[in-house]
Amino acid sequence: MGYTLNKVFQGFYKDSVALMRLSRDLAAMDGVEEAGLMMGSPSNKQILMDAGLLADDGAAAEGGDLILAVRAKDATAAQIAADTIEPEIMSQTRAATGDSFWRPQTIRAAAKANPDANLALISVPGEFAAAEARKAINRGLHVMMFSDNVSIEDEINLKNQARERGVLMMGPDCGTAILDGVPLAFANKVTTGDIGIVGASGTGIQEVTTLISNNGGGISHAIGVGGRDLKDEIGGISTLMGIDRLDADPATNHIVLISKPPGKTVLPNIMKRIGQSAKPFTVCFIGASDLDLPANATVARTLKDAAQAALGGDAFAETEISETGSNNNGTEIRGLYSGGTLAAETQLILLDAGLEVVSNAAVPGAGQLSDDVDGHKIIDLGDDEYTQGRPHPMIDPEIRRQPLAEALADSSVGVVLIDIVIGYGAHPDPAGQLAEMLIAMPGKDDTIIIGSVTGTEQDPQVRSSQVKALQAAGIHVAGSNADAAIAALKVPGINS
Amino acid sequence: MASDKDTPSLLGGKLSVINVGLDKFATELADHDVPVVHLDWKPPAGGDPALAALLSKMGA
Amino acid sequence: MDIIEKANEEAIRRMLGAEPVLIDVMPAGDIVPNLEDKMILHAGPPIEWDRMCGPMQGAIAGITVFEGWANDLDQAVTMAASGEIRFDANHHHDAVGPMTGMTTISQPMLVVENRTTGNKSYCAINEGLGKVMRFGGNDAEVLNRLAWIRDVLGPAMGKALRDMGGVELKPLIARGLSMGDEMHQRNVACSGLVLRAIAAAMAKTSDDSIALSEALAFISANDQFHLNIAMAMGKAIMDPVRNIEGSSIVTAMSRNGTDFGIRVSGTGDEWFTAPVEMPEGLYFVGYSEADANPDMGDSTIVETIGLGGFAMGASPAVAGFVGAGAASEAANYTHRMSEICASENPEWTIPSMDYLGVPTGIDVRLVVDSGIAPTINTGIAHREPGIGQVGAGVVRAPMACFEQAVRRLAEKLGIS
Repeated sequence: MGYTLNKVFQGFYKDSVALMRLSRDLAAMDGVEEAGLMMGSPSNKQILMDAGLLADDGAAAEGGDLILAVRAKDATAAQIAADTIEPEIMSQTRAATGDSFWRPQTIRAAAKANPDANLALISVPGEFAAAEARKAINRGLHVMMFSDNVSIEDEINLKNQARERGVLMMGPDCGTAILDGVPLAFANKVTTGDIGIVGASGTGIQEVTTLISNNGGGISHAIGVGGRDLKDEIGGISTLMGIDRLDADPATNHIVLISKPPGKTVLPNIMKRIGQSAKPFTVCFIGASDLDLPANATVARTLKDAAQAALGGDAFAETEISETGSNNNGTEIRGLYSGGTLAAETQLILLDAGLEVVSNAAVPGAGQLSDDVDGHKIIDLGDDEYTQGRPHPMIDPEIRRQPLAEALADSSVGVVLIDIVIGYGAHPDPAGQLAEMLIAMPGKDDTIIIGSVTGTEQDPQVRSSQVKALQAAGIHVAGSNADAAIAALKVPGINS
Repeated sequence: MASDKDTPSLLGGKLSVINVGLDKFATELADHDVPVVHLDWKPPAGGDPALAALLSKMGA
Repeated sequence: MDIIEKANEEAIRRMLGAEPVLIDVMPAGDIVPNLEDKMILHAGPPIEWDRMCGPMQGAIAGITVFEGWANDLDQAVTMAASGEIRFDANHHHDAVGPMTGMTTISQPMLVVENRTTGNKSYCAINEGLGKVMRFGGNDAEVLNRLAWIRDVLGPAMGKALRDMGGVELKPLIARGLSMGDEMHQRNVACSGLVLRAIAAAMAKTSDDSIALSEALAFISANDQFHLNIAMAMGKAIMDPVRNIEGSSIVTAMSRNGTDFGIRVSGTGDEWFTAPVEMPEGLYFVGYSEADANPDMGDSTIVETIGLGGFAMGASPAVAGFVGAGAASEAANYTHRMSEICASENPEWTIPSMDYLGVPTGIDVRLVVDSGIAPTINTGIAHREPGIGQVGAGVVRAPMACFEQAVRRLAEKLGIS
């Protein structure tokens, strides 16, 4: 049996719940065998006695007194425990231990608590994304699914279900949308206007919307549909629903479609739907040629062409980049892109100029990137091989560091092409990050670096600030990604 | 050209979002004065994707 | 799945449409269906003697002596182990019972009628705190009190209730919620309201003022007197919700001290069971987790109808009592439970939560999907029979029960 200590607080009341809590804390202290805090009523004193906790002091207490009783391995341990708990007994309030602010854990509960909610933005891991999207559609919510790694079967099922429910299923792998003037996920703050966009490509939408906005036009809505929507398996369900919405939208007077070339069975359905609309369309199926378009549609080969066509066809001002050729006399272009569609656009422009192009995300006409194939290398740094286990290069520009160092160290590379994509979701200062990277890289003065900034003045990073940071680092900045590629072609020694 | 306030809703009502996943998206929406509920999301069905899929098919 | 949603709407319609009325107190042998001599109904899903926990075995020995089937506790244990005494779950006989939940022929049962559907449910009268049979107590003091309840209190209450035409329980619960009860760990307001409702009729129908005084004193001294009424009410509300094809609403949750079991409307009368968990909570001085018996009792029927842990927001005092955290967090418990329920009860509201209705209709799909297990406010029994309550706390219903139910329902509906 250890040492029993009682301390009596005369005329001090605390409710039994608080005392039970304090008793628990006291009993958990070092060297304490048993402990109790009770008001000194006869029945309570009996309980303390039965528990071997009552000493003479406690036995003398009155009903209105609080007894602190502790039995510990020795007198010191008992005293330390009593002294430690005493401030807590005397304190008036207990610090809140948990987060007393409730947030719903499920879509169902959130929808119930917020009956006005109309869109679920889903960015959870791919293995759970389809289940969450299905729940959202069941509740009549439109879905924007940023998550990728969703099976094509799930995508087909979700899109069919969404069509039955009459809601938009944007994605999976939908990185960009602008709805009611609000940028969602990776998107830019653009001027509001009358051009509506349906796009299967996030950076494609970003490039076209910002070019339109920066050249005097405006965007009504931009609907992302995910990269696979126009494959034959999916059948363009979301693209067609997106067209329906924009066709019916009074604020939209011109509709732009952006996608890789559609599947063979999908294409005629898209063309048919375009033909049913009274609104003019611009169709940019990057890399597709020989389209049999309805009368109300015009084709655009590149993103820049699409933006120009949507604004009425006048050419944007060309960016002049006067160059005398690189110091290293390199003949190759190396593209290091964070935006997959921007990489595709560059490949097209190089191919159209008659160059040999290889890429890890090759467009029709370009070769697959491998060590033993010659050609101008255009690399999509957002491809799985670079992003395995790390964020997308638009979030973490560090991915570009090593390929950039390699390109600058390679004397056969005369021009390096880069993209900077800003806006919501993107890195807070990608140009600054790139400039800082370059400081430590030998060869930067021997190679010409040309880039463009996809974004607007209203974006958090501010386009003009990003341009200045690039220029200060010795990078030539073009007005668009296409202009950057065209400028590269003009560098002496390259186009040969 | 219409101002922001005149933009008719594409979704049939003022944009109001339930954000499931990255909290950054919720913060940015709130900055645009879009009503947004950021879920206290946890992997559904205790992290069993097959069971989660079954439940979503049962209308959970 | 429309069939599930429609079925659940029907389940909720039946729950909210119930009109439970406490109408009588009668001996179990006269009213409980298929209850026979030498038969003991217990709490929780069915269980055989060998797997019963200590308090359950202790209570069975005690009630066997009480009924006069055995002369002493040793003989009672022998009879129980040999199969001479038959066991079944209260839930199979329109009945419920707290903790060990002993129901035998001579015990007076509270009778709650659901006037909407006409079904009746039964629960024994609450014995009070301390050394009592529901916590496995079985000595002379316990048995004498049971005899007094059988011979004096039960008949007096029955007479009064018949004379006054019963006590409507729905409005009584509504008032209790606004007075800080959640009807599982805190029944002090409702117990007072019941006493107020029947005192005059008890006086009117009594011809023995001493007995009347003792009966009124017993009710007055028992803060948990109303718990057993709430339980019979819960059973009366939930029984008509059973067997709605496709419904994923839980119709019963209950524990026998060994297993936790649930039944779901769309899967009929099948029990889905898993080992019970240990409550987490606060202990009376001199006791600790080491003394605690695993979770026990049919009282979880009150959570099944949206009270108890589901109505924690109405009862900040209980949140503190059961160790659930600061009183200010009580509302969060109710919010959490609303995530796993199909609806709210517009008549049972929580004033301090802007009159939010208590979460109603536990949906097994939502439980499994969210990973939020129903929160149950519970008393904690000592693991040895006969000692009684040693604390109070919160226990989570085991997720495995709900997972089994979801898979069975999916199977029945052909969803894969």
